[in-house]
Amino acid sequence: MSDQNQNSSEIHGVVGYYSDVDGIMNASRKIRDAGYKKWDAYTPFPVHGIDEAMGTKPTILPWIVLGMGLTGLCVGLGLQWFTNAYDYKFLISGKPTWSLPANIPVTFEVIILFSAYTAFFGMLALNKLPHLSNPLHKLERFKRVTDDKFAICVESKDPNFDLARVSKLLGVGSEHVETCPIDTTKAALPIWFHGVAAILTCASFIPLALAFKGRFATSEKPQYHVWPDMDFQRKRKTQTAWEGFPDGRAMRLPVAGTVATGELRDDFELYHGVAQGTAVPASVRYDAALFGSAAGADRPEWLAGFPAAVVVDEPFLERGRARYGIYCAVCHGNQGNGVGAVALRAENLDAAKWGWVPPKALHSDNAKAYSNGELFHIASNGISTMAGYSAQVPAKDRWAIVAYIRAIQATQALDPSAAPQDVEFQPVPTIDSVRVSDSGADGE
Amino acid sequence: MTTTDPSASFGGKPLKGQDPRVRPALVEGENESFATVTEAVAKVSEVPVPSTNKAWIVGFAISLSLLGMLGLLLVHLITTGVGVWGNNNPVYWGWPIVNFVFWVGIGHAGTLISAVLFLTRQNWRTGVNRAAEAMTIFAVVCAGMFPGVHIGRVWVAYWLFPLPNQMEMWPNFRSPLLWDVFAVSTYASVSLLFWYMGMIPDLATLRDRAVNTPRKIAYGIAALGWSGSSRHWHRYERAYLLLAALATPLVLSVHSVVSFDFAVSQVPGWHTTIFPPYFVAGAIFSGFAMVLTLMVPARQFFGLKHIITMNHIDVMCRILMATGMLVGYAYAIEFFIAWYGGVQYETFAFVNRAFGNYWWAYWIMVSCNVIFPQIFWSKKLRRNLWVVMLVSITTNIGMWFERFVITVTSLSRDFVPSSWGYFSPTWVDMCMFLGSFGLFFTLFLLFLRFLPTVAIAEVKTVMPQAHAHGHDSHGSSDSHAPSGAPIGGGSAAPASKQDA
Repeated sequence: MSDQNQNSSEIHGVVGYYSDVDGIMNASRKIRDAGYKKWDAYTPFPVHGIDEAMGTKPTILPWIVLGMGLTGLCVGLGLQWFTNAYDYKFLISGKPTWSLPANIPVTFEVIILFSAYTAFFGMLALNKLPHLSNPLHKLERFKRVTDDKFAICVESKDPNFDLARVSKLLGVGSEHVETCPIDTTKAALPIWFHGVAAILTCASFIPLALAFKGRFATSEKPQYHVWPDMDFQRKRKTQTAWEGFPDGRAMRLPVAGTVATGELRDDFELYHGVAQGTAVPASVRYDAALFGSAAGADRPEWLAGFPAAVVVDEPFLERGRARYGIYCAVCHGNQGNGVGAVALRAENLDAAKWGWVPPKALHSDNAKAYSNGELFHIASNGISTMAGYSAQVPAKDRWAIVAYIRAIQATQALDPSAAPQDVEFQPVPTIDSVRVSDSGADGE
Repeated sequence: MTTTDPSASFGGKPLKGQDPRVRPALVEGENESFATVTEAVAKVSEVPVPSTNKAWIVGFAISLSLLGMLGLLLVHLITTGVGVWGNNNPVYWGWPIVNFVFWVGIGHAGTLISAVLFLTRQNWRTGVNRAAEAMTIFAVVCAGMFPGVHIGRVWVAYWLFPLPNQMEMWPNFRSPLLWDVFAVSTYASVSLLFWYMGMIPDLATLRDRAVNTPRKIAYGIAALGWSGSSRHWHRYERAYLLLAALATPLVLSVHSVVSFDFAVSQVPGWHTTIFPPYFVAGAIFSGFAMVLTLMVPARQFFGLKHIITMNHIDVMCRILMATGMLVGYAYAIEFFIAWYGGVQYETFAFVNRAFGNYWWAYWIMVSCNVIFPQIFWSKKLRRNLWVVMLVSITTNIGMWFERFVITVTSLSRDFVPSSWGYFSPTWVDMCMFLGSFGLFFTLFLLFLRFLPTVAIAEVKTVMPQAHAHGHDSHGSSDSHAPSGAPIGGGSAAPASKQDA
């Protein structure tokens, strides 16, 4: 018996070979009924009914796949919810950020992906594959098991293993019975392999580390351009220099006399405030020395009335009042007295020391002396520290403002003695009166 | 082994020829054994390289040249830009998307044969499923290439995937184009697993037959140490069943999602609910056509006529005709709905398809897909390999034109007549499409030459010797059937009349 044990520790097991399905089915039942545990039947294809003959329990693989399928469901939905409804909300045509039907295709694919990978890798894991070193593969005769032979191997690890008894059991109906020795070949991997494997393993982390560095570090260097032709195109941009043209500009100027769409200003009265056909004043800030009473012969022929293109009536004045309230009143005040919110603020800050020129009262004699054309030119191009408003206010609206200023001049700051005495008289505040009282901050 | 029962009769009249109650043997020929099946399949990959079939060498040389051309064209495309194609306003989806849908469609029959026919216990699939699965994977490789390079800046193709990035943006999961990314990549990887898993036992067979060291190492590693253990087979079969059950809805979902690329848009001619089933039917149709195109020469050149039998060809021809009629039905319904729906844009789109400036493409499509396959009503023609080859090839042509018609006719006549145009492909378009065949056939010919072309283990299960004959064992196998593995289910025994 001790001799038997000695033998059984040196062998992997006993292998019986069978030539057909019936042979291995009968042998399997015998081994099963003899109570062996560490044994297996090897066949070239899955033999129908051998699970029962061997007493194999159903595998738990389907349950693992079900679990991973449900995990895939959660991952698929969670991924889409997190990316599109939580972390980076996609607002498309006002649709809700989370709507299940659109997320079903991807969820479905993720479920299938998780389940299929689990079915495959779960099968390999439960079968303990890959398992390249198997003592049975050393047996020449065993190679035919993947062709047309059938084999049963009872392993010596089985607690009931007994060489003689197992050999006898396997021998019934078999072609051949042999023992399989333990694989004693020293086929260890060479030492350099471990070094190379270690280096490659470490090196495989380098790309990941670089990606993380790029993710969390900042750099002064310009972006790396894989394909530069989109970032650096062979063209010149506007407002840059280029020696290719004689004038050294990369962009071309319009042909002289080019008029842009809607910019043909041939109505001198409407657009320049001067009589049709006369010299047009430069679009610069009003220069009292040049355009005022001192201008002499160079004085443009300013329009005294209104251009033919506008009709001065009540809606026109109403339009002027509205435009004045929007654009002019912040400085000149709603009453045209030069006490707007900006003027008051500038006064409080003593802005004159920075060159601030206070807005004028529009009902002053000086202002009354300007012709309509001059007032229009000032509204368009500015005066002193006032900027021109031609960019903000269309020409007809500027004429409406001029008309409204004339209305202010006709109704405000009149001689007190000429005022009707049955009305409680209140003088229009001036910037000086406001400064002294410091109470009429709203300029009303 | 084909059995003819002289006493068979139906309604009192004696039946001519084969008794329909008796299934013909799946593996034909006298004295076929497990060993002869192994030998027939394995020797294809074991012959020395110099004595490889001349047809293979010529085919491989041509394929490899086309693949090289494709490589050069890809470099040209990427360094120059997608302007080398004919895609331009209004047809921004030109040949690349047509080719993508064409190849993805072909990639459907493999999984269909493997999974759907497996679940429905169509045991005849064992002869052709391996090659069909390989075809699937290589077709999906070709398909994936086209949208991959169509995006223009291929070096940022990873933007398609939801990866954290410095822009802190995520892709839009409501876009059918993103569904497509998930569907096609899932399909490619699951098909690869399915194919490889099916091959593991056969790779072990090649490993055990290998005589030289390189083959021992290569097949040894690829077979993962498979030993044929019945405990392993038990889990393997369960995993295979699960994969089949998962791949069946997957295969239907993939082409549905591909059709969403079109159907979810509002372009007349695309915006129809029939697209998912219509595309799936077309995919099966084109896939079976490609399987026939590949299998008819392969069985001839590699001596596999007794495994891939005339019955296989016959059955696939019938499927081809059936799916061709499904596709024809879809064409008809599209027209009906365009008229019945009363939307003038839809009506115009379909009248324009048939009688507009692409009328020629439309009628090529109808002829190849609906009319030509009708000849398979004749059994004689189903068994004439020249006719089968001809019709399978015209079907492939017709299905390419179907995608061309859908993509180009609708885009070239969209809502704004001022942008109407006529699409003209460039030489790069044409050569890249040709080159994709080079890629496909290079991979497929390598597969034919070096991998088990037929599922050896599965073919053995449908042979009569694979079933226990003892009275005791038969009873136990029946009791086990409901929970047991379906490979080689009892119906395969050729002489039994249990299926009557």
